[in-house]
This record gives sequence, C-alpha cells and structure tokens, in this order.
Amino acid sequence: MHFPILTSLIALPIIGSLGLFLVRDDEHNEGALRRIALIVAGLVFAETLLLWARFDPTSAEFQFVERHAWIPAFGVSYAVGVDGISLLLLVLTGFLTPIALLSSWESVHKKTRAFCIAILLLESAMMGVFVSIDLFLFYVFWDAMLIPMYFLIGIWGYDRRIYAAVKFILYTMAGSVLMLLAILALAVLNESATGHYSFDLQTLYGLSIPAAAQFWLFLAFALAFAIKVPLFPFHTWLPDAHVEAPTAGSVILAGVLLKMGTYGLVRFAFPLFPTAATFFAPYLAFLAVVGIIYGALVAMVQPDLKKLVAYSSVSHLGFVVLGIAAMNTQGVQGAVYQMLNHGVSTGGLFLIVGMLSDRRHTRLIAEFGGLKTVMPRLVAAFLIITLSSIGLPGLNGFVGEFLILLGAFLWSPRFAAFAATGVILSATYMLWMFQRVNYGSVTEKNASLSDLKPREWAVVVPIIVMAVLMGVVPNLFLRPMGPSVERMLNQARRGSSIEIRAQK
Amino acid sequence: MACVTAAAIAAMTAEAFRSPGERMPIGPLGLIGLLGAGAAAILLWDRHATSFGVVVADNFSLFVTCTLVVIGVLSLAISGPIVEREGLPAGEYYALMLFSLAGMILMAMASDLLVIFLALEVLSLGVYVLTGIRRDVPTATEAAFKYFLLGAFSSAFFLYGIAFAYGVAGSTRLDRIGSLMAAQAMSPGPLQLLAMSLLLIGFAFKVSAVPFHMWTPDAYEGAPASVTGFMSTGVKAAAFAAFARVFLSALEPLRGHWTDALQVMAIATMIVGTVVGVAQSNVKRMLAYSSIAHAGYLLVALISANDVGKGAILFYLLTYAVTNLGAFGVISVLERADRAADKISDYAGLWNVRPGLAALMTVFLLSLGGFPPLAGFIGKWYVFTAAMKAGFTWLAIIGVLTSVISVFFYLRIVVMMYMTSSTSAAVLPTTPRVAGAALIISAVIVFYLGILPTQVMNWAAASVGSIF
Repeated sequence: MHFPILTSLIALPIIGSLGLFLVRDDEHNEGALRRIALIVAGLVFAETLLLWARFDPTSAEFQFVERHAWIPAFGVSYAVGVDGISLLLLVLTGFLTPIALLSSWESVHKKTRAFCIAILLLESAMMGVFVSIDLFLFYVFWDAMLIPMYFLIGIWGYDRRIYAAVKFILYTMAGSVLMLLAILALAVLNESATGHYSFDLQTLYGLSIPAAAQFWLFLAFALAFAIKVPLFPFHTWLPDAHVEAPTAGSVILAGVLLKMGTYGLVRFAFPLFPTAATFFAPYLAFLAVVGIIYGALVAMVQPDLKKLVAYSSVSHLGFVVLGIAAMNTQGVQGAVYQMLNHGVSTGGLFLIVGMLSDRRHTRLIAEFGGLKTVMPRLVAAFLIITLSSIGLPGLNGFVGEFLILLGAFLWSPRFAAFAATGVILSATYMLWMFQRVNYGSVTEKNASLSDLKPREWAVVVPIIVMAVLMGVVPNLFLRPMGPSVERMLNQARRGSSIEIRAQK
Repeated sequence: MACVTAAAIAAMTAEAFRSPGERMPIGPLGLIGLLGAGAAAILLWDRHATSFGVVVADNFSLFVTCTLVVIGVLSLAISGPIVEREGLPAGEYYALMLFSLAGMILMAMASDLLVIFLALEVLSLGVYVLTGIRRDVPTATEAAFKYFLLGAFSSAFFLYGIAFAYGVAGSTRLDRIGSLMAAQAMSPGPLQLLAMSLLLIGFAFKVSAVPFHMWTPDAYEGAPASVTGFMSTGVKAAAFAAFARVFLSALEPLRGHWTDALQVMAIATMIVGTVVGVAQSNVKRMLAYSSIAHAGYLLVALISANDVGKGAILFYLLTYAVTNLGAFGVISVLERADRAADKISDYAGLWNVRPGLAALMTVFLLSLGGFPPLAGFIGKWYVFTAAMKAGFTWLAIIGVLTSVISVFFYLRIVVMMYMTSSTSAAVLPTTPRVAGAALIISAVIVFYLGILPTQVMNWAAASVGSIF
C-alpha cells in the first residue's frame, strides 16, 4: 500500500480550508490565516516536487494510479494518475498557488478567511482536474472549480466584478454541459459495445467509435475546451474576467485555468476521437492562428494593462492550440511546454500589474511613465518577465514557441508562417507597453512610488528563476513528457491511418 | 403477508389518527408518526405487501414513502419559526400538513385509480387550506382560491379519465387496466386514448408541467415559505410516483401514444420554467419557476424510463426534495410577519449578517443548479444518462442548456448575498434551533448524495426493479 500521494494533493487543500474555519476571522488573526493557508499551499507544492522526483520519466503510462469504485452501477470510479503531460501542470499549479496567496498579502483585507478558503478549494479542484483519469471524476472537478473562482472574482474583484463573475461562470458552463452529455454518450457507447458502463479513460481509449458519433462528440468536447482556452471567437469572457479579478485570481486564471482547456484537448478530445480530430485539426489551427493575430492586434490598442495582458493570453494560447493541432512530436511537446511557459510568464505579468495597481490604484498605461528611475528593481523584474513572454532566446517563452512553430511548419507551412507574425506582433505590443510604462518623464504621482518590498521579492524571484531555468535547460522539463506525448500521438493518429487506408 | 399488510395500513392510519391529537400543544407527535411510517416502510422493504388489491407496499412505494417521510420531517421542522412568528393556528397547521402527508403516502402506494384519486383529494385539500392559512394576507387568499379552483378543475379531468378507463376496462385496478390495454395495444380505441389523455392532464396539473403550470407561481408566492417548500416537494413527489406507476404499468402498452405528448410537454416545461424564471424578482416565484423546470427534468426521466430512467425518477425526486426544502427553509427562517423576505434584494449582504444561513442557501442553490459535488448534480446526471441511453439526445441537450440558464437566476441570489452590501438595516430574526438543525441536516444530505450516492442509487434502482 503506497501513500496515496495524488489523493493527498486533492485532499490537503480541503483539509487546510476546513482548518481555517477553526480560526476566528477578525483583524488580529488575519496574519495567522494567511500564514496557515500559505503553509498548506507550500506543503502541496513540496508534494508536487516530490511527485516529480519520484516520477519515472521513461514510462508513458499513468503512474501513482489509485482506483476505487465510486458508483459501480455506472462504472464510475475514483481513478487518478499522472503521466508526463499532467505532471508538470501539477507542479505549475503547486508553484503558482502560494505565489497567488503571497501576492494578495496586502491587497486583500476584506474577508480574509473566505479568500484563503476559496484559493485553497480552487487549488484542490485544479489538482483534481489534472489527475483525474476517469471522465466523470474529471467533469466533477472541472465544474466544481468554477464555484471558488466565481466567488474570487465576484467578491474580491474590481468595479464590474459581478458582471465578470456571472459571465465567466455562464460561458464556461454553457460549454461544459454539452461535454457532460458527450461523456455520457461515451459511457453509453461503451455499454452497447461491451455490456457495461465505463467512464474510465483508458477503457474508453480502446473503444472504437463510429465516425459520425466521433464528429459530434469531438465538437462537444472541443467547444468546452475552446471556451476555456479561450480560442477565438469564444474568448470574450476572458478580458472581463481577467480585468475584474483580483491579482491572485488573475494569476491562477491565466496560469492554470486556461491550461485546462488545452490540457483537455491533449488528454481527451484528440486521443478519444482520432478520426474527428484529424478532420477538425485544420479548423482548430485556423481559429488558433486567427486568435494569435487577433489577440495581438487587440492587445496593442488596449489602454488598460490588465486587458493588454489578457489579450496577449488569447494570442499565446493560440500557439498552444496550433501546436496540438499539428499532431506531431514537436508541436505537442511545444504546446505542453508553452502551457507551462505561459503559466509562469503571464502569471508573472499579472503579478507585476497587480503590484503597480496596488501602488497607483489604476491600471491605465497612460497614467504611468518613467517608472524606471523610481523603482528600478521592480522594472528590472518587469523587463525579464516581459522578455520571457515575448519569447527571447534564453528565457522560457522561446523554447515553446520555437517547438510549436517547428511542429506547425512540418505539418503545414502556411499556418506556421501566419503564426510567426504573431511572434513579431507580440514583441511590438509588449515592448511598446513596456516603453510607455517605464520610460519617459516621471509624473508627479509616480515619483514617490516605492520599490519592491521583501514580500514582493519572494513573489517575483521564483518566477524569474523559473523563466530562466526553463529557458536554459528545457530538457529538464521536456524529458518526462516525451514518452507520454508519443503515446498520446499514437493514440490520436489512429484516425488518420484509418482514413488513409479507407482512401486506398 | 397479512400481518405485514396490517402494519402498512396501521402505519398510515396511525398517522391519520395521530394528527388530530396534534391539536394539543405542538409537539413532536407528528414526528413520531412520521418516523413510525418510515420504520414501517423499512421493515416492509422487499416483502411486496398488498392489501385489498388496491394498496401495495412494494419497494417503489416504500422508497417514495421514505422520501415523503424525509420531506415531512424537514417541513415540520422548518415550519416552527413561521407558525410561531405569524401566529398561525398551530393545531390546524400541523394537522393539515400531516393529513396531506398521509394522502401523499397513500398516493404512492395506491394501485387503483380510485384510490389514487382519493389520495389526491386528501393531499390537495390539505394543501389548499395551508396555502391560504394566512387569512388576512390578500395574496395568500388569492393564491389559495386560484389553486383550489384550478385544482378542482384538474381533479375533474382526472375523474373523467378514470370514468373512461373504467368504461373501457370494466375496472379501476391498474393491473386489470394494464392487461386490457396490452391486449388491444395494437389498435387502441378512441376511448382508451381519451382516458389516457385525461389522466395525463390531471397528473400534469399536479406536477405543474407546462401548459398546466399557471397556478404554481401564484400559489407558491402566496403560501408561507414552509408550506411552499412542503408542496413544491411533497405534492410533486407523490404525484410523480402515481404518474410513473399509472403510465409505466397500466398505460405502458400505449407508450407509443403518450411519449410524443410527454416529450413536447417536457421540452416546454424545461424551457418555460427556466426562461420565465430568469425574469422574476421575487425569490418564491423564482423558485416556483425553478420547480417547474425540475418537473421538466423529471418528465424526461419518465419518458426515458428504461432500467436507468426508472431509478432516476426516484433518485431525482429525493435530491430535489431535500434541496428545495432546504432553500425554502432558509426563506422561512428569514420570513417575518412584516417582512416577507421574498424579494431578491432582501438578500443583499446576508453574508455579512448571517454567514451560516448564506452558506446554506448557497449550497442549496448550487445544488439546484446542478453543480458538483452536490446532490443536484448527481440527480441531473442520472436523468440525462437515462435520456441518452433511451436515445432522447435532444431532450438531454435541452435539459443541460436550460440548466445553464437556471444557474443564472440561482446565482442572482448568490450575488445578492455575497457581492452586494446590505441596503436595509432591518434586524433579522434569530434562527430557531430545530429549524437550524433541519437546514444543516438537509445540507449534509445534499453533500452526502452528491459525494456518495451509490447506496441510495442502488435502493432507488432496486425499488423500481420490483414493479415494472
């Protein structure tokens, strides 16, 4: 009997949040509440690192698998496991949650206990999404995750928070309920094929689904994931949610939640419905490329820092989807890598924007200027994270984008060419924004802003370390995902080989 | 066998007899009666007792009885604050509630159309009076009157249906009607179809399916919150039990003729319930429309009544009952004589004043909206699995989409409670212990059914397996 490490990843934050109920929620205990939450999140991070250390990078199979019958009559089981694709996303989640908590140290003073509980519950649900290898369980976490995020945006957000929170939850639900039906349809298909219901991912991987059914089921899955990513034209909830969410919410939203969409494509939509995936891949790639360019162009004209970063997310995640649609080793590895990159660098950008807005209580680019002389350290961190987001070689963004473009080029040079313009555009809008905020003359209001505080150092340094590490030694991160990516590709390529045989 | 039958009858009559005793100071007497019924139901499990051929205590009716006992206990518990605060006549209130509960249990057990009608009237009369029990409130009187008139109208339809069924089959017993219908299933005569349609209308009215739902919002708004909670769950559970029994056993051979009508009805019910619900600013009316929508989901389960669907009806009834009673329980705790607590804006900033109540209400609303890991999610999942299995994909698609719309209006209350600051400085009444305990128990059940549904699901499936 091994220690159920994956279950503990889910359970620990829940236990922690229950523990927080024991502490009275008042002024005196605020520090204690935060510290307890931080310790819990830190422990979870340590556990994810332990998981990584004990993970066997040569195996493509799910590891640390735990399986218990849950609703046996319908073949629903509590089944969790990690492979190379989900492993690093777990680490990313564990990494960003304590940072999100730290970032809210001074900006959240209202209902601190509930805030910490919401973050911890969110972490638990995110872990659950990444470790589930039972579709039913996956859906439970996928949907349950919306609730804490909804409260985070709605209670601790900025002015239009209620609108943003409701829009966020309705958009995401509208997509995901159809996925629920598709999941049910899969279980029913499995029942008619084998005589018993199953929601188990590995069982369903082996199920051969008629092409017509694949078509609709893939669409239902892809819609849910496309809204989450968000892929153009389903992205309209994102700027609202990002702009109105508190910094911690934005960091987690950009860092982890959006990845669930692309993770879902890699884990479920492509391998489960190979024929449909082969058919739809060019359309997905088209939307992705449109998203890359559109997101970049819209980001360029945003007056609001947070909105700019939000649209840059649309653009960056377009790359991820493009890499997945290419369905080759480089593309998918790059896509998974880019998910991690985006979590680190966009999370970092939101942190920096949060620090600026805590100081000035505005996020308008026009209000800033000349920050370089006022707070050189913060600006230096800002610069590194900006460059990592642009994809400067030596920092993390470059590796992911390069692999994706390589993969896309091998598959279809045209898509790669258009996507590459996104790289240039991203340099344009990011550097232009950086220039307007940090250079030029110092206005009176900006002259007295303070530089990084010790707590903020603790937030920024890990992000920068990660950015450099991922840029310099990408193999450290690519190695464990290799076999799993190959397995996923073999699974997803069944469709094209069937098609080719049919044509002959 | 005979002694078991006697126990079943005794449990029911004892309850009916006990209720008049309730005129003495309010007490846990009703509770004892209900628990007695519950215990009898559990003892009778798997024995398939019948009496006079018109009342059966098979597992199906026993599961519904257990659900009704839960409904009864919770309703009694949340009634306390309202009865006390508004000075309602306690004896009558509790007696009526217990009488109509007895009617509901009888309805779940009846296997004869006339007995079903009898039970229907027993339960309806109690509920009519309860609706208008606040005599001096105009909306309550109006609601009761409306409910009574339309209810009587639908009873007439139902009775007419029984008459035609008797005319065709020469009996009102469900098994005889069933065998006759089966014999002529290939070419049913016009009278058979007429009987079927009239019965359908009668049931549709009681479960408030569109287009027979008009009474629901008014009645729900006018009645005290605890009564609304009681009738939105109890009446629906009993009516659906009888509905399922009549249509899935006696009228099963005519399935080809009623599924189409029911499908249209289910779609209309789900859509009207949610879309109109969005426009409501009164919490009780909103929950009334939500209960209409839930009737739509139950109809979906009824239509797709395969092996999966039959269990789904019972399971869904239970989850819906516990959740909805919890929501109305919170309203009734907040309701005061001079302040109805039924505007959405009355809930502004509740979180700051009463975090516990706000949290409970959130749990119930999210469960109604179908969020995991709460009971409502499992219930919906069960129903939609049944629909997918039976090939009614469109019903399932409309079902999930309307449930997204319904989330919008459930969240409006959540938004009010958590994200808006309170406007009025009204002092909120304190929560009585019994009602508080009932709410917490409901919430615990909601979580239990959401996280560990297996046991109850097996019971639901087993209980249906025994009869159809």
